[in-house]
Amino acid sequence: MNKVFFKYLVLIFGFIFLYFPILALIGYSFNDSKRVMVWKGFSFRWYGELFKNEQILEAFYTSIEIAALSATFATILGVMAGFSLARIAKIPFRSFFIFLSTAPLVMPEIILGLSLLLFFVTTNNLFGLPSSKGQLTVLIAHITFSVAFVAVIIQARLSSFDKNIEEAAQDLGAKPNSVIWKITTPVIMPAIISGWLLAFTLSLDDLVVASFTTGPGANTLPIVVFSKVRLGLSPEVNALSAIIMLFVVTIAVGYYIKIRNKSDVNK
Amino acid sequence: MLLGSWSNLFTIVEMIDGFKNFKFWYVFSPYFWLVLFFFIPLAIILKISLSVSEWGMPPYKKLFSLNEATGSFDLNITFSNYAFIFSDSYYFQSYLNSISLAFTSTLICLIIGYPIAFYVAKSKPKIRNLFLVLLVIPFWTSFLLRVYAWKVLLQGNGLINNILINLNLIDEPLSMMYNHYSVILGVVYTYLPFMILPLYGFLVKFDLRLIEASHDLGVRPIKTFFKIILPLSIPGIIAGSMLVFIPVVGEFVIPELLGGSDKLYFGKMIFDEFFVNRDWPIASALAMSGILFLAIPIMVFQLAYQKYGLKNE
Repeated sequence: MNKVFFKYLVLIFGFIFLYFPILALIGYSFNDSKRVMVWKGFSFRWYGELFKNEQILEAFYTSIEIAALSATFATILGVMAGFSLARIAKIPFRSFFIFLSTAPLVMPEIILGLSLLLFFVTTNNLFGLPSSKGQLTVLIAHITFSVAFVAVIIQARLSSFDKNIEEAAQDLGAKPNSVIWKITTPVIMPAIISGWLLAFTLSLDDLVVASFTTGPGANTLPIVVFSKVRLGLSPEVNALSAIIMLFVVTIAVGYYIKIRNKSDVNK
Repeated sequence: MLLGSWSNLFTIVEMIDGFKNFKFWYVFSPYFWLVLFFFIPLAIILKISLSVSEWGMPPYKKLFSLNEATGSFDLNITFSNYAFIFSDSYYFQSYLNSISLAFTSTLICLIIGYPIAFYVAKSKPKIRNLFLVLLVIPFWTSFLLRVYAWKVLLQGNGLINNILINLNLIDEPLSMMYNHYSVILGVVYTYLPFMILPLYGFLVKFDLRLIEASHDLGVRPIKTFFKIILPLSIPGIIAGSMLVFIPVVGEFVIPELLGGSDKLYFGKMIFDEFFVNRDWPIASALAMSGILFLAIPIMVFQLAYQKYGLKNE
């Protein structure tokens, strides 16, 4: 009895700690007052203001665009890197390649951002490219740190999957390319999808690397939000948080229903 | 070593020879990208960290320059930037502050996260999936907004102060923000899912019959925990701790939003040296020493740990 009590105590306090701040933020998003902490009454006023705020809307589109592009490119490169690490024995300077595809995971983002900024400044001095910092430089930076994450996921999936199946296909006369397309790709598809989603979120969430590599006219959503909340509170950001939460919860509930039905079928 | 390089060159020739082969493109596309946008930028930081600072754009001297008066090449390499950041306790202290922040918050995340991961992993499958979804939701919510949420709670006229005043527990609002405790709180809050999820991943695979067996043999629950459960969850503990510790050392956003002037942190130091003081060589030297003292020990540790793990299997 005592043990069960302790279990629920831990879980209840754990989930209150995780959810209370977010829920409070959502609650305040309905506050009519301009001063965030003074409750004046329930209203959707700040949601209206949010959708009229050109700066936030534009940053939102920029962020989605960069995140989708960077996730796609990072997935392509990451799948190649993960596949090479797990399946290709002969790689020139193999340990250097391993270093390159894992080091971004342990590199503090502030150092990554600084190094890329200095890189772009240097290439601009030498070759005039990139002509200015903006969406393209942020995109390159995001691809660079996402590749490592995708590569790790793909490599883990490939090393847990039985190589004999690929070899069997080859013995039966399948060409290397068709082994990849007909056997390997379908098996690692879930890993490819989760790699893409992870890369997408990493890009959407990134503030530090984007602040270093962005230029005029290419503010991402985190950059705009950060500039708004750095010195104080912003009712529009509260409304934005609530919308993002609603979005994440919808996806999570959909996912939960899906896995619940699956486990029902398995029974 | 030299022989190794030769065989590497042969591998390159072999691969280029078969460049119609998909393997060539699979290896070289990410290889090329990472050398260009990860390795070369690090080399540039190293180069600038060895340069002499000066006014102008870019604000440092070239490493090699042609001296027009004498017609000879001048070499402007200096270690003074490193000497400066190591002799000035201001910089070194910020590095120590970041390490201690990362250590404290990793420990707190472990203490809070372990029981949660443990009980979620031990729940019945149906409710376990629900708990798991509840754990993942904050993980997918914007990191920046979760830090900002604490700003709303901890403000002088924030929610926690309002509640305490309405309950007549305090008369004056407590000042809970802009010190290093609020930074620790913010870090623990945002990084807790990174600790719980890998721990859960290990604990859920854990064979519960081991606990029953030890119980049947008359071992007390506490002893079972320390002798059986904890040692077996060490891989999960290490994975979770890494995911918290590493990014927190370079953390810039949380101290900037919730921290005050009582403690300076490493990430903020680099940011200020670069953007405020515009001293690129010092900022680069700070970044390089961060890599030397943080990223390299961690990679060595991971390699050693992997080898150790393989030996034990």
